[in-house]
Amino acid sequence: MQKITIAPVTRIEGHARISLFLDDNGTVSDARFQVTQIRGFERFVTGRPFFEMPALTARICGICPVSHQLASAKACDQLLAVTIPAAAVRLRSLLNFGQLVQSHALSFFYLSAPDLLLGMDHPVATRNFFGVAENDPQFARDGIELRRFGQQVIERLAGRRIHPAWVVPGGVSAPLKSAARDEILNELPAMQTLMRNHLKRFRESLGRHQEYADNFGCFPSLFLSLVDNLGRLEHYHGTIRIIDAHGSTIADNLAPASYEEYIGEAIEPWTYLKFPYYRPQGYPEGMYRVGPLARLNVCGCCGTRYADLELNRFRQLATGRPVLSSFHAHYARLIEILYALEMMEQLLADPSVLDPHVRAVAGVNAFEGIGAIEAPRGTLIHHYRVDADGLIEQVNLIIATGHNNLAMNRAILQAARRYISQDRLEEGILNRIEAVIRTFDPCLSCSTHAVGSMPFVIELMGPDGRCLDRVRR
Amino acid sequence: MTTPILTLTIDGKEVSGLAGETILQVARENGFFIPTLCWLDGLTSAGSCRLCMVEIKGSAALHPACITLIQEGMAVTTSSERLLRYRRAIIELLFSERNHVCAVCVVNGHCELQTLAQQLGIDHISFPGLYPDLPVDASHPRFVIDHNRCILCTRCVRVCGEIEGAHTWDVKNRGVRSQIVADFDTPWGDSTTCTGCGKCVHVCPTGALFEKGKSVAEMFKKPLGLPYLKAIRDLGV
Ligand code: SF4
Ligand code: SF4
Ligand code: FES
Repeated sequence: MQKITIAPVTRIEGHARISLFLDDNGTVSDARFQVTQIRGFERFVTGRPFFEMPALTARICGICPVSHQLASAKACDQLLAVTIPAAAVRLRSLLNFGQLVQSHALSFFYLSAPDLLLGMDHPVATRNFFGVAENDPQFARDGIELRRFGQQVIERLAGRRIHPAWVVPGGVSAPLKSAARDEILNELPAMQTLMRNHLKRFRESLGRHQEYADNFGCFPSLFLSLVDNLGRLEHYHGTIRIIDAHGSTIADNLAPASYEEYIGEAIEPWTYLKFPYYRPQGYPEGMYRVGPLARLNVCGCCGTRYADLELNRFRQLATGRPVLSSFHAHYARLIEILYALEMMEQLLADPSVLDPHVRAVAGVNAFEGIGAIEAPRGTLIHHYRVDADGLIEQVNLIIATGHNNLAMNRAILQAARRYISQDRLEEGILNRIEAVIRTFDPCLSCSTHAVGSMPFVIELMGPDGRCLDRVRR
Repeated sequence: MTTPILTLTIDGKEVSGLAGETILQVARENGFFIPTLCWLDGLTSAGSCRLCMVEIKGSAALHPACITLIQEGMAVTTSSERLLRYRRAIIELLFSERNHVCAVCVVNGHCELQTLAQQLGIDHISFPGLYPDLPVDASHPRFVIDHNRCILCTRCVRVCGEIEGAHTWDVKNRGVRSQIVADFDTPWGDSTTCTGCGKCVHVCPTGALFEKGKSVAEMFKKPLGLPYLKAIRDLGV
């Protein structure tokens, strides 16, 4: 068997390697997406006071620190066994939406736009955000603008853009100032218009990408996400719903706190990333997807005006059924940005968002806490056990990229089969495989943040383990 | 009998102080900055951190300003290349000895160790870290001691013994293995002497002692009342 290795993947967050296994006929028989780094986080936090966890776990990832903080704080709220003040809940939701906007804007405008706008076969040297900026300056400016807005929402709430220490067990550490609220409210209409225009433009360009829609992670799977008590799109509260590839709800109202009952985590010797699966269907049949695509497939509706209009159009991509192609996660992300902008407006319009009572104070009142939120990339679960003094004894984190692990491997195999027919890798083909991975927007627990500048090594291994070919760019 | 007044120079400037005063006292009174860490106004001086070292004309050795008494005609230098080198090395060694992760520390932004490092222009640690596996004791109902951030200045030991009169804290072991212990090395929460006054927490220059439930950067130390406490105790009120 021959083995083709692509490592590390450019323009995703973190370090990974792709190995493609060719059989004797030269067709791809297996694909492995390997995470080659381990950060030992679970071990490292053992013995620490749980009060530090929101800040400590924010260090897992330089791209979505806010998501980890929120999931962590929710787990810590349970250790305190308190109901946190309503204003704190609102402010945390707002923060989560700020994070969603900035993260989705990064994924779409910075990381994926080079492929979508310039084309998969565009020369490597300029197939990056700078190339996009040269080709379509307004598009790039809008991307920057939107990301800045998301980051500023975080800053206006939490004071500091990267690793804010504002989210604490029991609530948040300081109330929202009315000036900050007004600043965000003033900018929202322009952002919404900008987003609606980009949705229109993207929708109209979909025809050009049909080839990718058909081959980028286009296969049946389960979908999992949080929904609110009316079955609508939800990112902060809610219970878990799982649907199958036909769109039937196979599990609903699942408490995130009992995730171990329905989510199993398989381990493979060749990667550090575990493989969560839906227990009742076993491993690996219980493969499911999380993230923007899953959320829009799972929810009944968004619950905001313009996002729902767009969701209806989105659903026409697959009449009456879930949208199966991970390629459409791009579309889903844009709809979610619009949704987040509309939700921010709703949340900020309520004067109680300025309530100064934003923190419940308590000690350890429970020894186990599980917090779940929808991070930009999908469902994020933090599970802590503490001793009587509140020191961490055990931690389990299920991150979105983990949930998607099985599906991501499947998607790479699908694309490799479609695009590789020889024992050679051409530039455009490599990039297609990478683009497949980028539709999942994986975040590999590493704060490395490289936009199209990582070295890229490809190795082609013969059946005897000899390196037949090696490409570096 | 009145205390004699002595005259000396600090960094070339002529100053005077009372016999029995330390170089540090006279320097501060006259507006000279000498960095300190183990010393704290209101506590006896331990002279252990050596950060306050100064040069004295005619002596090849360096002298800790917090415990060296002034003498008539002394010529003191408070800053020089050599002193800066030593001070930097001391701070770097403190950092490398335990686990200081400022970004997630309760006193981040208002830590004496961190501030000194900034003042001395330390932007990296040239010594390999020891990364010891040290415990956190959160058994006390209100306070926590995290040995990972302790620099063994013994301020807590002194304030507890000298001001509160409880003498809960002490040091066990020697050298790099030294560690602060409560009573006869029991969990703090089990201590029969600790009154829960919180003085140790507020004199601790780092994030080693803090109030339970405080998150990153949320712990502010308030050691400024100490001289008054001491004065009241000395008066026997
Ligand atoms: S005690 Fe000071 S130096 Fe040590 S980690 Fe905390 S802030 Fe940094
Ligand atoms: S606990 Fe604080 S006050 Fe006590 S010796 Fe350590 S650093 Fe100094
Ligand atoms: S302050 Fe003088 S030796 Fe520590």
